[in-house]
Amino acid sequence: MQLIKNNSMTWRYFKQGLFFTCVRASALVITLALGGIIFYILYNGLSVINWDFITKPPTDAMTKGGIMPAILGTIYLTLGAIAIGLPLGIASAIYLTEYAKEGRVVRFIKVGINCLAGVPSVVFGLFGLGFFVIFLKFGSSILAGSLTLGFLILPTIIGASEEALKSVPQTFREASLSLGVSKWQTIFRIVLPNALPGILTGSILGIGRAAGETAPIMFTAAAFFTAKLPSSMFDEVMALPYHIYVLATAGTNIEATRPIQYGTVLVLVAVVLGIDLIAIVIRGYMRKNKRW
Amino acid sequence: MIRQTKEIIIKYIFFLFSLASIVVLGLIVLSLFREGIPLFSKVSVKDFLFGMEWYPTYDPPSFGIFPLIVGSLIVTLLATLIAVPLGVLAAIYISEIAPQHIKIILKSVIELLAGLPSVVLGFFGMVIVAPWMQETFDLPTGLNIVNASIILALMAIPTISSISEDALYAVPREFKEASYALGATKFETISRVILPAAMSGISTAVMLGMARAIGETMVVLMVAGGAAAIPESLFDSVRPMPASIAAEMGETPFRSLHYQALFAIGIVLFCLTLAFNLIADYVSHKFKQVGSGTL
Repeated sequence: MQLIKNNSMTWRYFKQGLFFTCVRASALVITLALGGIIFYILYNGLSVINWDFITKPPTDAMTKGGIMPAILGTIYLTLGAIAIGLPLGIASAIYLTEYAKEGRVVRFIKVGINCLAGVPSVVFGLFGLGFFVIFLKFGSSILAGSLTLGFLILPTIIGASEEALKSVPQTFREASLSLGVSKWQTIFRIVLPNALPGILTGSILGIGRAAGETAPIMFTAAAFFTAKLPSSMFDEVMALPYHIYVLATAGTNIEATRPIQYGTVLVLVAVVLGIDLIAIVIRGYMRKNKRW
Repeated sequence: MIRQTKEIIIKYIFFLFSLASIVVLGLIVLSLFREGIPLFSKVSVKDFLFGMEWYPTYDPPSFGIFPLIVGSLIVTLLATLIAVPLGVLAAIYISEIAPQHIKIILKSVIELLAGLPSVVLGFFGMVIVAPWMQETFDLPTGLNIVNASIILALMAIPTISSISEDALYAVPREFKEASYALGATKFETISRVILPAAMSGISTAVMLGMARAIGETMVVLMVAGGAAAIPESLFDSVRPMPASIAAEMGETPFRSLHYQALFAIGIVLFCLTLAFNLIADYVSHKFKQVGSGTL
């Protein structure tokens, strides 16, 4: 009985069908995993969310009230990270795409960027603690946390900016240079404005990451509870990711704060995925309406 | 003349900015060593790396991080075993098989998965997966290696999938066409032509995914259980290195031996991920597909 020969078409297509099934199944598993996570968060979190939850500080030893200080803290830290990461990242990318010639120096810088991108977030936390908090004596503060997060997202912003700068057609530069415009003016007036939307959408993904990171701010900025809202860059803040972690693992009453935990998770996911979604939508729009 | 000088100055200013990443990398190394190295005047490197007991708060304390290293490696390996097939197959689906509209949806799914904050995934593993696992398999705890690995795999999948996808797209079109012209099926073309041609990119993807998993903190902190002992089964708790740092740093006195030991773990973790990244970088440059001539 040799119904299926080793190399018959039936057998070959059977193998193909089997493979395609595996491939589709893995795509389905990933989609279901994401769907499941989002569903559970929405299902448990939506009932907690109301205006007071978002605008009031916590009360009754964290078991009641809202999470306003944590939302505010996350906004401060993220804005700080942008203020540090974005200019530095764009400037790095301008050098790498517009000025640098392929060679050892550029290779060295690029390996450095890749290595920085691979540094674990908890090591960034240790770095922030050792350098900003202790060596520069910033203490646990918005400033130290923002600097740590800013450097954490630097590689993402450099990568996004490089892509965007490279996608500006060479003819734009040549046209400008041939009119006698200097290189710097060409970059500043022609290349950068054309690349800016791409730079921003690419960077938004990094910014979302900064808003959601926990380990880098654990030792550099985040506090479990602050009685007052921060009044300067040298104050500690509450932050959404750290709030979730502390309530879920070390709070005095883990079960009683469960609804607040779900609510906080939902707010954090909404913030981070909201930021990412904006980037995805703008990018799709830009691809459709490209000027070149 | 003045204009040229200005141009040169501007060029060097940008050059200085581009060194920022290198400077930060240097500062990371410096601060880790400044705070961590003093430990080794009290504890030998061998006792630190291969010591079997991590009792930092006992009297006398014991700083052997071998169980933590084992915890990190086992969780990372298992996560890789889960994430590599899923991630690579999803990449194949996106780049070779899926119709346009599914492709767009799946790419967004993977991007959103990449965007989920690690603390949210950790929370999900702790509050949803752990109780379910404990009940279903009748375990003493749901916070264990398997649970942590599954959640870590979810974090590594986007990295593996998106980099593999780029590698698959980079395979020249003629390769596929030549294969079809010889009468190969789509599966044969993918498995014998496209995958081998994209192998260096896929290996890079796997290395970077592993680097991501070994350095991930919040997931292992919340889900791995936290027992600093060599595990005997896959359903035991472990305490990977990042979890130890994150969990203990808040409670340790400034510049105590324990504090220095945590920074020393940071050095080990930094070196491990650096090695993974350098290998990935080497592989992607050494075996880079140039045109169609190198296969």
